Amino acid sequence: MGKVKCECGHVNPHGTVLCESCGRALTEEAQKEKLHDMRYEGSARRSQTYNKSIVDKVWNFFSSVKVGIWLIVLTLVASSLGTIFPQKLFIPNNVSPETYYEETYGTAGKIYYTLGFYDLYNSIWFIALIAAIGVSLVICSLDRVIPLYRALKNQRVARHGTFMKKQRLFASKQGAIQPEELDKIKEGLKSKRYRIREEDGSLLAEKGRFSRWGPYVNHIGLIIFLIGAMLRSVQGMYIDELLWIREGETLEIPGTKGEYYLKNEKFTIENYDKEKDPEVFNAALERTGSIVKNYQTDAVLYKDENQDLPGAKPKLVKVKEEEIRVNEPMKFDNFALYQDSFSKDEMKAMELALTNKATKEEAGRVNIDLFNPKDTYDLGKGYKVEVLGYYPDYDGVGENGEPKTKSPVPNNPAFLFKMISPEHPDGEISFTAIRQTLEPVGETEYKMEFRGIETRNISALTVRKDLTLWILGIGGAIFMIGVVQGAYWNHRRLWIRQIDGEIYVAAHTNKNWHGLKREINPLIENTAVPIPEDQQA
Amino acid sequence: MNKRKKRLIMRSIILAILAAAVGYTFYSNLTKEARGNLQKGDEAPDFVLTDLSGEAHQLSDYKGKGVFLNFWGTWCEPCKKEMPHMEKMSKEFKDQGVEVLAVNVGDSELQAKKFAKQYGLTFPIAIDSSKEVQDAYGVNPLPATFMISPDGKVEEIVIGGLVKEEQVRALFEKVKP
Repeated sequence: MGKVKCECGHVNPHGTVLCESCGRALTEEAQKEKLHDMRYEGSARRSQTYNKSIVDKVWNFFSSVKVGIWLIVLTLVASSLGTIFPQKLFIPNNVSPETYYEETYGTAGKIYYTLGFYDLYNSIWFIALIAAIGVSLVICSLDRVIPLYRALKNQRVARHGTFMKKQRLFASKQGAIQPEELDKIKEGLKSKRYRIREEDGSLLAEKGRFSRWGPYVNHIGLIIFLIGAMLRSVQGMYIDELLWIREGETLEIPGTKGEYYLKNEKFTIENYDKEKDPEVFNAALERTGSIVKNYQTDAVLYKDENQDLPGAKPKLVKVKEEEIRVNEPMKFDNFALYQDSFSKDEMKAMELALTNKATKEEAGRVNIDLFNPKDTYDLGKGYKVEVLGYYPDYDGVGENGEPKTKSPVPNNPAFLFKMISPEHPDGEISFTAIRQTLEPVGETEYKMEFRGIETRNISALTVRKDLTLWILGIGGAIFMIGVVQGAYWNHRRLWIRQIDGEIYVAAHTNKNWHGLKREINPLIENTAVPIPEDQQA
Repeated sequence: MNKRKKRLIMRSIILAILAAAVGYTFYSNLTKEARGNLQKGDEAPDFVLTDLSGEAHQLSDYKGKGVFLNFWGTWCEPCKKEMPHMEKMSKEFKDQGVEVLAVNVGDSELQAKKFAKQYGLTFPIAIDSSKEVQDAYGVNPLPATFMISPDGKVEEIVIGGLVKEEQVRALFEKVKP
């Protein structure tokens, strides 16, 4: 497998179709074709030349544009499959995907789950497809850009007659060009910003060669983008968590490894006000009733100085105080906290009055913190309330006669109280829930009367850290530069040559043939050089 | 010939770089899920919690002893069922170097105390009010039990209730020094 030496003396790499220098057809097929395929300038795409070792075989597989397109089509189809039913991430998180899909979508859901489409974008085969596209991009590009670069660098001014004949725009005519005529054409070409090379009366005018690199620049951008996406799975590069935080609570910010804590001072929802806000909102307000103007968490950021073990009391030092609103996150140390969701009016405390049932007289009131109730509440003068049992999410009575709670969240708080009064120093038993009192062990003289509840809001904040954004940004920018480079500029060439008393003229562009004709035809008109004809039209 | 060899080396290097990148992507993606969750054989994350009587318990202080680390809540029915077994075994294995540490998730002190009294629990109970220990162990459904060996490794993870006394005994045996 040696090199191919052309008649013109240029030594081409094995597999070259058209001589890099003079453009003469080197293969039989190329000699037979009516018009030359100029996409890669007839250069030797290396992949097609060696196919011996396993390395070459792998290389050649990925070098094929056909394979690349198939990979893209497969990825598109697979991606669309993932949108049929919601992905695992978006189903309620207290249900198991195993049962959820079948219960919600029937047999189709079961198949969906079984085939693993419920977490499609994280599945091995999907990542493999994307990775294969990445590999294909790299190899396809390398395999084409290097020979193309060589061919364009080595091109000679005087191209072989057959090369010119097999260009799409070509004409020939008996005669000779006068030097003045050639100068005139050259002047015209120069004014159109062509670079002109001359050799023994032959002429090559060329412009916009860099537009040929557009697709490859574009691919470099894509590869950088893919690298950025790949880095997201690297620990510490990308964090996306949700923090539910009640008013007044101070919690560790997930993803910060105990370094940062956040306090929710207050969560507010503000509506548009007909009176205060500009009139433009009135029509919409009348139609829908109320429209939210602002969701806001007043937050305080703390740093934990001792960063001790989980469970240890943090030593908090205030970093800053900020109002977090939608699209106005709190930012610190590569993290951003976004206002994401909320839950209004969770019960926080309950007020009850120890009341004499007959006289309706109040002996005193207790305010019970539903997150930290006390053992006993002393009301003085011999009145005392003891908490025997607390059921934050009361859900009826169990088999053993014991009241049950569904969860530790105070959704429906209930208490078993022992009411001690001067009349009943041993206490009376009362079971009290919201607007409900029971006397499980006999009638009582006193009761705990519901007086009111105190509520608070819970704010949900998204904790986001993304160190890959700038890489994605650079990748995207390079991608766009490549697109612009390839789309808004054309690589145009014009060859003029005299062969055996004839004038040959040929022209080539990588796109926009009409534009090329419009540019060069007026320059050649009224000279001995014929106007090249479109052989494909 | 020399050029062919050069090309083969070049291609091999490029393919090797691509394979490494793809391989790393696979590795980091596939271990992403498992990374947060504790696995059998992992080092048990150290923590410190204060129990209901005000005494601090740091896991690393238990080195040399087996630990039955149980996460529970008063609202969780299976938790109630396994407590008596735990109480019994904690007494049986006390002299054999296995301790019980019960971490309550989400309850108030009052509830935990009442519960401990009702069930006559004598082993230390601590409330993880900040949920930091729960997060460190990746506990979601309750109950969850981690058997920690005398050298501080997670020997066994049981998610869900321990119904039979024998089951609990077998777990205690596992981490006996």
